[in-house]
Amino acid sequence: MELINIFFKSVFVDNLALAFFLGMCSFIAVSKNMQTARGLGLAVILVLLVTLPLNWVLDRYVLAPGALKWISPALAGVDLSFLTFIVFVAVIAAVTQVVEMVVERFVPSLHLSLGIFLPLIAVNCAILGASLFMQERAYTGLGEVLAYALGSGLGWFLAIVSLAAIRERLRYSDIPKGLRGLGITFIVVGLMGLAFMGFMGIKF
Amino acid sequence: MNFKETIRKSVLGSNPVTVLVLGICSALAVTVHMKEALIMGLAVTLVSALSNLVISLMRKTIPSRIRIIVELLVISFFVILADQLLKAYAYPESKTLSVYVGLIITNCIIMGRLESCALSHKPAEALADGFLNGIGYALVLIVVAFFREFFGCGTLFGVQIIPQGWYFANGGFYENNGLFILPPMALILIGCIVWLQRTFDKDLQE
Repeated sequence: MELINIFFKSVFVDNLALAFFLGMCSFIAVSKNMQTARGLGLAVILVLLVTLPLNWVLDRYVLAPGALKWISPALAGVDLSFLTFIVFVAVIAAVTQVVEMVVERFVPSLHLSLGIFLPLIAVNCAILGASLFMQERAYTGLGEVLAYALGSGLGWFLAIVSLAAIRERLRYSDIPKGLRGLGITFIVVGLMGLAFMGFMGIKF
Repeated sequence: MNFKETIRKSVLGSNPVTVLVLGICSALAVTVHMKEALIMGLAVTLVSALSNLVISLMRKTIPSRIRIIVELLVISFFVILADQLLKAYAYPESKTLSVYVGLIITNCIIMGRLESCALSHKPAEALADGFLNGIGYALVLIVVAFFREFFGCGTLFGVQIIPQGWYFANGGFYENNGLFILPPMALILIGCIVWLQRTFDKDLQE
């Protein structure tokens, strides 16, 4: 039950894109049409599913205060948490690289559609943001972390696909010249964010 | 190119937020109050200027295949520095900024400047470029935070601007607009800034 709760909460209430506005740069740059939006969304889900559990294990057994106790009790006082950023970023960069190679080797069709987006994800703040939120919220088991990873990935996917759909429609509407393109996109995302706030306070 | 022209160009003409659409995530999250916006702007300026300088110094020795990882490590180094400084001297603010200080690492302004400037320019130019782009970013943050704090809380830098007697609770006619506190409002404000800028600068129109 707890897992389902975390899953739905991270899809709707704590949506990475529309509640925390993470990964906005690629969110806005890559949502011009449906197909690329779908590709990037899938890539985000994939990378989140791999990096979050990895980062969680690292945080739990290496970085957190007293986490090194399992090696020897003498290390119980060691606190490596100041290394969090650098370790998480290194993991994310490495995993994106590995995921790209694996996908290229075993699922070439997926690689064709994800193409350039996989490397881009290394600097997508949704991934690092999710890792840092995971650390802040102190999930207690790998199951919870997986539910959170899947939920936030799907939430991001949902958000970028809906924005792409709206932008495809926007092309046929008559917008003031200066507002065309970037300006209206910002405002649309703002309105979507307002709509998503409706989910706040819902307890699953 | 003379100095004034460079400033005008990187702060306005190719402003990282409103023209290049970089570094938006943090621009939205930390603009509820001007104080946090200012701190964030300064932190990004610092990280961007220094990492630009360091990468530019190393540009001839970095193999191009692993440059992204090297860049990320240099940026993380400076972000850790900024984070520890904030924790030491501005603890309450560093708590409110929470994960967004860490997210400077993936702030694409910095990556973007490293890729397009630091790898191909001399250290002094790279330092100036990183600094100016940071300022351009800070400027947008502060403008957005001004409107959000003024209309949302009636304060600026935490100082009450709107007289207390005006408030409905004190028998007046005024009420703070809660909408401005919400993050989506930052997007709408940036949208309006983009609109304004593009109305005057016809070259940017799509």
